[in-house]
Amino acid sequence: MIAYLVKIPVKAMVTLFAIVTVTFVATRLSGNPIDTFLGDGLTAEGREELIRYFQLDGTLLQQYLAFLRGVLSGEFGLSFIDRRPVTEVVAERLRPSAQLLLASVALTVVVSLPLGVLGAVYRKSWVGSAVMMLAFAGYAVPSFVLAIVMILIFSYWLNWLPVVGNGSFLHFIMPTIAMSGVLIAALTRFTRNAMLDVLGQDFIRTARAKGLSEARVVLRHGLGNAGVTVISVIGLQIAGLAAAGSVVVESIFSWPGIGQLLVNAAIMRDYPTLQFGVIAVAVAVVVINALTDVAYALADPRIRLSSA
Amino acid sequence: MTIAADPAFAAERRRKPRRADPIQKVAIGIAALLAASALLAPLIAPYDPLAQSLLSRLRPPIGFERFAAGHFAGTDELGRDVLSRSLHGLRLTLALAFAGAVIGLLIGGALGLIAGLRRGWVEDTIMALVDMQIAIPFTLVALLVLSLMGSSLTVLVLVLGIAGWEQYARIVRAEARRLSVQPFLEAARTAGAGPVYTAVRHILPNLVSPLVVQFTLALSNIVILESTLSFLGLGVQPPQPSLGSMVGLGRDYMPTAPWIVLAPAALIVALTFSVQILGDWLRDRADVRLRDR
Repeated sequence: MIAYLVKIPVKAMVTLFAIVTVTFVATRLSGNPIDTFLGDGLTAEGREELIRYFQLDGTLLQQYLAFLRGVLSGEFGLSFIDRRPVTEVVAERLRPSAQLLLASVALTVVVSLPLGVLGAVYRKSWVGSAVMMLAFAGYAVPSFVLAIVMILIFSYWLNWLPVVGNGSFLHFIMPTIAMSGVLIAALTRFTRNAMLDVLGQDFIRTARAKGLSEARVVLRHGLGNAGVTVISVIGLQIAGLAAAGSVVVESIFSWPGIGQLLVNAAIMRDYPTLQFGVIAVAVAVVVINALTDVAYALADPRIRLSSA
Repeated sequence: MTIAADPAFAAERRRKPRRADPIQKVAIGIAALLAASALLAPLIAPYDPLAQSLLSRLRPPIGFERFAAGHFAGTDELGRDVLSRSLHGLRLTLALAFAGAVIGLLIGGALGLIAGLRRGWVEDTIMALVDMQIAIPFTLVALLVLSLMGSSLTVLVLVLGIAGWEQYARIVRAEARRLSVQPFLEAARTAGAGPVYTAVRHILPNLVSPLVVQFTLALSNIVILESTLSFLGLGVQPPQPSLGSMVGLGRDYMPTAPWIVLAPAALIVALTFSVQILGDWLRDRADVRLRDR
């Protein structure tokens, strides 16, 4: 178990290092780093200072080392648009993004767990087929289509819900649903399969044979055991899917989060913001993945009690 | 797997119908229809997708008031025919998705085969790359690359190709490892077959059906990624029509002219839905145990 736990942060660090390197290579592949990194509207001294700090006139290796030093000390340059450190710009966006993410994960769990269990228990009847169809639909409908159709119906035709911003509870409804579509599909399918795996095992027959009620067998023995795998999926898959989804959903609903910031930065070619934003989100995803691995190790007795 | 251990589940698996059920038949029909429309778009589209006609702007589809004769799905803000643009957009979207899926297949297939047959540090390195690709949210990398390199079709195809290679690599590696200890391969090796010969003659043919299944599922994922990027304005650039960019640009006219976004949006969903059901059907037929992720 100790060996297993030690591996997790090591793996996360390697992945993070790779992400930082990929971002560096991507930003330096495309032309003059001074143009990509400085932009217009700086004072002569500010320009000089940034060039010196990031070694932008040096060799590629010098630039890389300077970039790594910047990463370690939290210096990622100035936003082209705001002319403030990109770290500040991104930090302001954290809260709205986190709120939307939490709301979506909550909705996903509340919808997917019951659906997944129903889909497994009634797999042969129309209920099971309906659940699978719904999961299919969730995968097939891209989040932007879901968002657009909802806006058309609930905002333009029925005039019930606001489209832009994050001011009130009503503002959360459509973005949360749009974000959750794919997540619900993924988690429902996974819960169903995990439940089918568990319900086919011998101890379930034993539980039924000793006279437990069906509800207790399914929920306590079934979901209790499938739950470990399901939680690991929430951590491993949902983080990545949500990062991709937030980019789309936030920019459609003008949600003042990191996703919208990234899309705007990409379109307006604000490279320092884009670069740091990508690194920040990747760090978040990798950290969530690592925490999930740790939680999984603690929850699964086969790993927790192993001597290796 | 544990399901198969239970006789009831095993029996259910065996009884699984190999022929398509009604929903699958409809989906396969739609997929074929969409593929045919994409192929024949230049022939069947009633108008030039770029031709503007400022006198008949924002006209609604057939059956509504102010319908302009000939423009069955209506016209957009520049008077371009929505049906023609959707058909050409479908063509471009499918072409990009195919190219992307092929690139992913080539990269992932080659790396997976190497990882499965050559153990040691080669395998470790390739699998570390796979883990990284899974851990990094790819849409963000795509944003960064497209913003830096510009949204030319070449860059876009490469981005779409790299998007899903790791899935192929995992499948090919697992199958190659499983196959390489089978008796028929030992026999081939004993008979003097070299590693390249066994890989090409004995392992690749056994990989065809899982790869076809994965290719189909990847196709649908890439359609979604491409439409999303084009919707955000970072994929296919105007005036060239793509389904995603039509939805993105038509957004501004939604209150008065919803058909501009609804036509391409419906095509995207029809495409991804039917292709996914097609992939699922192929998987059932091939009876390959793939993890559905």
